[in-house]
Amino acid sequence: MDARRESELAPTKNRTTVERKSDRELVVTRTFNAPARIVFEAWTKPELFKQWWVPKSMGMFLRSCEMDVRVGGGYRLVFGHDASNPDEFFGRYVEVTPHSRLVWTNDEGGDGGPVTTVTFEEKGGKTLLVMHELYPSKEALDAAGTGSADATLETFAQLDELLVTLGASLGRS
Amino acid sequence: MVKYSRARLDASFCALGDATRRGVLEQLGRSDASITDLAEKFHMTLAGMMKHVGVLELAGLVTTEKVGRVRTCKLGTRRLEEETAWLEGHRQLWDSRFNELDKVVEKLKRKEKANGRKKRE
Repeated sequence: MDARRESELAPTKNRTTVERKSDRELVVTRTFNAPARIVFEAWTKPELFKQWWVPKSMGMFLRSCEMDVRVGGGYRLVFGHDASNPDEFFGRYVEVTPHSRLVWTNDEGGDGGPVTTVTFEEKGGKTLLVMHELYPSKEALDAAGTGSADATLETFAQLDELLVTLGASLGRS
Repeated sequence: MVKYSRARLDASFCALGDATRRGVLEQLGRSDASITDLAEKFHMTLAGMMKHVGVLELAGLVTTEKVGRVRTCKLGTRRLEEETAWLEGHRQLWDSRFNELDKVVEKLKRKEKANGRKKRE
């Protein structure tokens, strides 16, 4: 089966670590088996960026991805299958240091959104990537990302519905 | 690039759009199970089942915990301590992103190598 073939072909996988460094900070680290210039390229060219930012398993559709990677330049990611109801993420690049450092703002929630800093540190042909997100408040970080309370509740609501359906079909069989 | 509410919903629907994954949820509704148990029950390879469980995990419908060599799957995140689930959600998101990034990086490396050879010729 496909999954097995993929895992056999995959190069040695490096570990992704996530740490809540403080109430307002999230830090993600990962090593890549390539020089920093290559990893940096994949973060700064939209045609490459969109190949990995939205993994297939997320089941999300990236409609468009614009990135003007220079200090003061903007980016805009548009998600969703429905053009009339898009989910947008946008902000500005605050720092752009080729092959070593990127800093951008996340402005979709209004001013004072989180700030993302990504550093690329090359060692022996490999690159240690550190992604640091600084949120304006503890509450903002609590509510951020995959753990969004609304989405979780909606997921549970869906799960409840599913279980009812499954229960009903089980009862019949 | 940080918040994903509607996007998460898409992930859940995607996760539920597969008969095997719905079966896994139904199974976990009855009792917790290891990946090996689930793979046997659904006549799949371990790798195949891990992939399905991964999708369910990303959608927040299933949580897993590794104790020794056995990875146990449970329904939903409600049983996990909230903080752990929150962190694990982030880890999974970034892990799957970075696995894709690995592929992009490998492609770029191969391209660079090929270009290097051309230049020397």
